[in-house]
Amino acid sequence: MTQSKISNSLTWVIGGAQGSGVDSAANIFSKACSQAGLYIFGKREYYSNIKGEHSYFTVRVSDKQIRSHVDDINLLVSFDAETLFRHGDKVTKGGGIIYDQDLVNTTIQEVPTIDDQALKKITNMLKKANKSLTVQGMLDYAKDNGTILYNVPYFQLLREFSEKINDHSLSKLTRTVNVMALSASMAVLDFDTTVLTRAIKHIFRAKPKIAELNIAAANYSYNYVKSRFNSTEFRFKLTKVQTSSDIILMQGNQSSAMGKISAGCRFQTYYPITPASDDSEFLESNQIIESTPDGKKDSIVVVQTEDEIAAITMAIGGALTGVRSATATSGPGFSLMTEALGWAGINEVPVVVSLYQRAGPSTGLPTRHEQGDLMFAINCGHGEFPKIVFASGDIEESFYDTIKVFNFAEKYQLPVIHMLDKAIANSIMTCRVFDQYKINIDRGRLLENIIPAGDTGVAGNYLRFKFDENPISSRVRLGTENGIFWNTGDEHTEEGHITEDPDNRIKMMNKRMSKLDLASKEIPAEDKAIAYGHNDPSSGMTIVSWGSTKGAILDAIDQLTVEGKNVKFVQVRLMHPFPSSLVEKMLENTKVLVDIEMNYTGQLGLLIKQNLNRNINYKIVKYNGRSMSSSEIYNALMYIISGNAPRRIVLEHGA
Amino acid sequence: MALKLADYKTTVHNDWCPGCGDFGILNAIQMALSEMQTPLHRATIFSGIGCSGKTPHFIHTYGIHTLHGRVLPFAQGAKICNPDLEVLAVGGDGDGLGIGAGHFISSGRRNVDMVYIIFNNAVYGLTKGQAAPTLKLGMKTKSLTQPNMNNSVNPIALALVAGFTFIGRGYSYDVRHLKELIKKAIEHKGLAFLDVLQPCPTYNDINTKEWYQGLDNFNPENGKQMPRTYKLEETGYDGIVRQPYEASTKMGQAIERSNEWGSKIPLGIFYQNEHIPTYQDRIVGRIPNYLEIPPAKQDISDQNNKPTAKLDKLLDDLRADK
Repeated sequence: MTQSKISNSLTWVIGGAQGSGVDSAANIFSKACSQAGLYIFGKREYYSNIKGEHSYFTVRVSDKQIRSHVDDINLLVSFDAETLFRHGDKVTKGGGIIYDQDLVNTTIQEVPTIDDQALKKITNMLKKANKSLTVQGMLDYAKDNGTILYNVPYFQLLREFSEKINDHSLSKLTRTVNVMALSASMAVLDFDTTVLTRAIKHIFRAKPKIAELNIAAANYSYNYVKSRFNSTEFRFKLTKVQTSSDIILMQGNQSSAMGKISAGCRFQTYYPITPASDDSEFLESNQIIESTPDGKKDSIVVVQTEDEIAAITMAIGGALTGVRSATATSGPGFSLMTEALGWAGINEVPVVVSLYQRAGPSTGLPTRHEQGDLMFAINCGHGEFPKIVFASGDIEESFYDTIKVFNFAEKYQLPVIHMLDKAIANSIMTCRVFDQYKINIDRGRLLENIIPAGDTGVAGNYLRFKFDENPISSRVRLGTENGIFWNTGDEHTEEGHITEDPDNRIKMMNKRMSKLDLASKEIPAEDKAIAYGHNDPSSGMTIVSWGSTKGAILDAIDQLTVEGKNVKFVQVRLMHPFPSSLVEKMLENTKVLVDIEMNYTGQLGLLIKQNLNRNINYKIVKYNGRSMSSSEIYNALMYIISGNAPRRIVLEHGA
Repeated sequence: MALKLADYKTTVHNDWCPGCGDFGILNAIQMALSEMQTPLHRATIFSGIGCSGKTPHFIHTYGIHTLHGRVLPFAQGAKICNPDLEVLAVGGDGDGLGIGAGHFISSGRRNVDMVYIIFNNAVYGLTKGQAAPTLKLGMKTKSLTQPNMNNSVNPIALALVAGFTFIGRGYSYDVRHLKELIKKAIEHKGLAFLDVLQPCPTYNDINTKEWYQGLDNFNPENGKQMPRTYKLEETGYDGIVRQPYEASTKMGQAIERSNEWGSKIPLGIFYQNEHIPTYQDRIVGRIPNYLEIPPAKQDISDQNNKPTAKLDKLLDDLRADK
């Protein structure tokens, strides 16, 4: 019984205990695929834990651009028991599982990191199918599903390998098990070994000896699987195609940081928090910057502060010297920053906060995903002050948007909250190489020199908060001659001194708040919202969403289009000030409005109600901490199209 | 043209209570800057919240009146981005040792080259006299309904263990001495802390000007009335760490003196150690040209508004064909 091969389209998952090399194996796999000219989308799931808890990495591969993950697993790569218990049943018919022969007798009770809730679910599933509560039971279950099993005796291989290379430190060699497992999967997929070798070399490029050892281990395992199994029986195959130098393999925790370097951000502060720390750590490890034109080296100073209050206030202090300054944080840290954002608001200081959302409230699910902070970001801080809230939809956008948000901050002299999230931060994808010259740097009304025209007033002629027709007054750096000004968290005069005068208060409030009207007018449409596709006039279905759901929605509606169902998608990017008239226009001819969000309440839906006085017809929400897959969205949309769906659909997929 | 003392003053109406100790500190800051001829635009005074928070508005240099308890991180951010600025941070004892205590400790660890002055009157004046962190246990100042239930923090000892590298104490009614201390603090290479005793005539009816003058304080040896404050330097005390090995001994003697209170309160320099690298020095360790082109002096875009930073190397590494 031979089936036709599925070439260059699959979902590959590797799992294992945290700290056992799951990430490096997935990185090698991703790199190898991109070097083979393929497109990938990968995502990492992990516990708030250093070592021992279960983590897994999903990589979807295709020969076309992909932007999301799907529910099904086609090839599950494991070297521990827990991965099999947790994911073994999710492998599709015709898919495969790579497992360690020595683990088959392990019972589920013997795996301490499987929590009671998961234990109950898996136990019930196996019992119902009359399978034993062991790895073998799970493998039998998978086999019944039509999954092909590949047992790899890692320990035996390691022993033989150790003899062969004449290195008897087995404990050291054990650390190559992850690469052996990965390589076994490559053999099953008939993947080119020279490309695999290159990828291993690249990932371990800082440690050539370790690279060499891993390459040898990979080859050993690859050849073992090739000699033992007939790879023609497996439906999935990865083949090298034409590579393009215009494609990069980019991690979502580095794209915005890279944007910061290009944007001219030269000061970043942070307090450690998942999933935001990577942004700062990337800047810290790349703090010396190559510059044009004379090859001089610029630099970015990164300060780890004592808390998030210090992070934001220190960044504001830096911004007062005219430096593009930022901080990166997540929900709990952002909660602490809000008083200072009000200070930046009243003193018209440009500062950028990269808000990497995760599931809240409080500590919530610290390593899991959610888009729960939209309303909070828009309404953060007491009192009324202008701020811009901007949301990026994917890794590629986050690079360009980072340059834009610094422009907004400086043009409108206000704090900007750049919404990112765990789904973006912990994903990796192939995308077009960033064109760092696509977006100009616009510093707004920043004066480098002030010429004194006389000696009037306390501050000479310069007034930091001058009332004028243009609500944006000129800004100078601390230290500028003849530019002395004052700042205060109190209401202030044009010079920046405290005043409680009622008329001044009205004028200052008007000056500050009207900057948002100007921003609404000037910010280009494509930065406010983007409409993708068109809807069938008969159904008139339009999706609204924001942030990292973008990729899964686009992939889902592509699939619907193939089936002759057209759905429009409006991605809102400028969350505040809300681009009401543009979104309204985009929603013309919409009969069924579907809001898709990774939170409980449907916060964008509330904004649409508030700003457009328009009701959402269907909400597709998810709040289990695991990002939406395109399969889930596709299924939910089909459900709505069927006419039988409830008004609120809660998605639940994910381990 | 030499700058005059008047050049450092603004015309902003000062609404501190008559007799407030803050006036002495304000004058001492202005005198110190004027004597050092610090260009007006080069200095920035940062402040926290409270009566002392208004200080920058009375000084004609850049003045940044920040949030309650947060003056130190604001000030450090500016100094780190532009090390050419002369940065002075001021605030009350509640601001710096209560709500802002965490920043006090961490600032000591960094040792950014700047000055921090605490206006220490043991009460929260602007909110009408509640107990502040330096008020002694069991004291009942005028507006407290019950005696203070908390022990007081020792600002000098705290600064010392936090890592401040210059620690001194002044008295707001000894403006000349305070001005000299401020000058030394500014000249110090590293983070300087000044604890300035400052009577609050409205809410602290215990540590009053008369109390500091020692109208009720008599020398047990000769029975003569004597001021409570005395100057460390006049007793032969030397807090300066001249060789690194002296640091521990000097810290010990500083802590011993910092515990003196009541009939004898020391003023002057408790401790100074310039052997500890400043935060700026530490940045140079990572970024060799930091002092020549610190963040505030980098051109981030060219004449066509294109970024000057080049990402080529970073991006090349990520290319699919690499």
